[in-house]
Amino acid sequence: MIDREQVKKVAHLARLDITTEEEEQFTTQLNSILGYFEQLSELDTADVPPTTRAIELSNITRSDTLKPFPDKEALVQAAPEQEGDYFRVPKILTSDEG
Amino acid sequence: MTTSAPKKTEYEAIIGLETHCQLNTETKIFSSESTKFDPDNPNTNVSPICLGYPGVLPVLNEKVLEYAVKAGLALNCQIAPYSKFDRKQYFYPDLPKNYQISQYDLPIAEHGWLEIEIVEKQNSEPVRKKIGITRLHMEEDAGKLNHAGSDRLDGSTYSLVDFNRAGVPLVEIVSEPDLRSGKEAAEYAQELRRIMLYLGISDGKMQEGSLRCDVNISVRPVGQKEFGTKVEIKNMNSFSAIQKAIDYEIERQIEAIENGEPIYQETRLWQEGSGTTKSMRMKEGSSDYRYFPEPDLPPIEVSPEQLKLWKSELVELPAQKRHRYEEKLGLSAYDARVLTDDRTVAEYFEAAVAAGGDTKQVANWVMGDIAAYLKSNELSITEIALKPEILAELVSLITKGTISGKIAKDILPELLTKGGSAKELVEKKGLIQISDTGEIEKIIDEVIAAHPSELEKFRNGKTKLKGFFVGQVMKKSGGRADPKLTNQLLSKKLQG
Repeated sequence: MIDREQVKKVAHLARLDITTEEEEQFTTQLNSILGYFEQLSELDTADVPPTTRAIELSNITRSDTLKPFPDKEALVQAAPEQEGDYFRVPKILTSDEG
Repeated sequence: MTTSAPKKTEYEAIIGLETHCQLNTETKIFSSESTKFDPDNPNTNVSPICLGYPGVLPVLNEKVLEYAVKAGLALNCQIAPYSKFDRKQYFYPDLPKNYQISQYDLPIAEHGWLEIEIVEKQNSEPVRKKIGITRLHMEEDAGKLNHAGSDRLDGSTYSLVDFNRAGVPLVEIVSEPDLRSGKEAAEYAQELRRIMLYLGISDGKMQEGSLRCDVNISVRPVGQKEFGTKVEIKNMNSFSAIQKAIDYEIERQIEAIENGEPIYQETRLWQEGSGTTKSMRMKEGSSDYRYFPEPDLPPIEVSPEQLKLWKSELVELPAQKRHRYEEKLGLSAYDARVLTDDRTVAEYFEAAVAAGGDTKQVANWVMGDIAAYLKSNELSITEIALKPEILAELVSLITKGTISGKIAKDILPELLTKGGSAKELVEKKGLIQISDTGEIEKIIDEVIAAHPSELEKFRNGKTKLKGFFVGQVMKKSGGRADPKLTNQLLSKKLQG
């Protein structure tokens, strides 16, 4: 189950600014959701191999052929801010690169 | 009086490299946009997929998979029978989706190695070492940021983003911490680059960022089991910068230990200008990337048949060529290394040998006069008019004694620029070596007659003057007199 500290950590990782009331509210709500899923652990899955997906599908690839998107300007224009052909973003405070 | 200095502690450096290598596919890893390097035209190779619009569906480029598997095979890795993509979450404006599609626990290739070879001098024995490859995985590149108002992040008030590079396919190759010096690390990176170029899957341009190396490095006293604190260094854009940055960092860390100062786990930037590393940021524990399986991309299962086919398409790799040149062709380790550095040069050399040219002589021409010509004219060996078959012909003319090495050197520039048959050129110019005793004797007689005082000095013991006479005979014959025969005949004539 999830406690208040974990909710605060998740909010921080998602860069969400939440209030004390919200912390309380989300802790309750998330616990209810997680509790619901917890029912699944009643099943015996000892002999079931782990999977990450519900559909049996593999090796879906495409050919290396150029098909450029036609309206690139619209993509830049759709951003909140732009400068020339660039997307413009606010001052970067930390260098938190991957 | 002498005092013995206290015994100095010896240290060793533990170094591992993380290399990002752009694959030279036509299109991006998950979208059909061009991968062209085009910094002057920002955001011209973008699509809703590489910008991470909601509802789009990324699909893996089949070439990326092929190239990654081939790179894995070339690095002696095991190719995963089951592999998948994951989302790596982090926030930075160069990453439009706020996550990077990468591979976490099931990378396409693992447990490999490559062999590095260090040859200090022309005649020295090569030092060889196997460097472990932990893993190789596929991922997408991020965009590029321009920090407005300043070259640096600190001074800028906002940033501009170009997503042309976002979604360009990368393989990340992680080495085991098997490297011990800047030189070894630089050699490892060069060998990786060579392999990628041989496979034809990357252009390996460090200046343009298509090959990027991050270094992990710690030092510890020799004999100590535990590793020291690991520091990451970034921002090296040449092999010599890798070597210099590591050598600097080793010294810095040893000095800190000797002075009892702490070493922080951090990222440091290499500063080419000052030749130092500078702290960039502290690593906050281990970053919490919250990897989870990418739901939009089904897993990859490379079949044994497919694997066999890709394996059969691999070319002979640089290390294999080096060994073969040494063992089968009898070349020195140094020569083998120079000839195989560039695949096109190695193939040229092999074609000339296959056309009948003497191995050692072909090697000398390729590494000597031809390499010098390529360098001064900034040409690739595939661009010159002198085809490997003609070089073989030229070399054969020398070995058969039809022309001297000197004449060959003289006609080389014309062959390099105009091509054509070496034999025909020699005949046309009347450059065939004079090997007729009578003809050479005649020239010698004339030379001796024209220099009576030198002859007298020679006969009075100044034997060094023989060189002068050889020179005169060569000059008079237009360089065509057989040098060996000239020497023999001249010796007799000069003795009188």
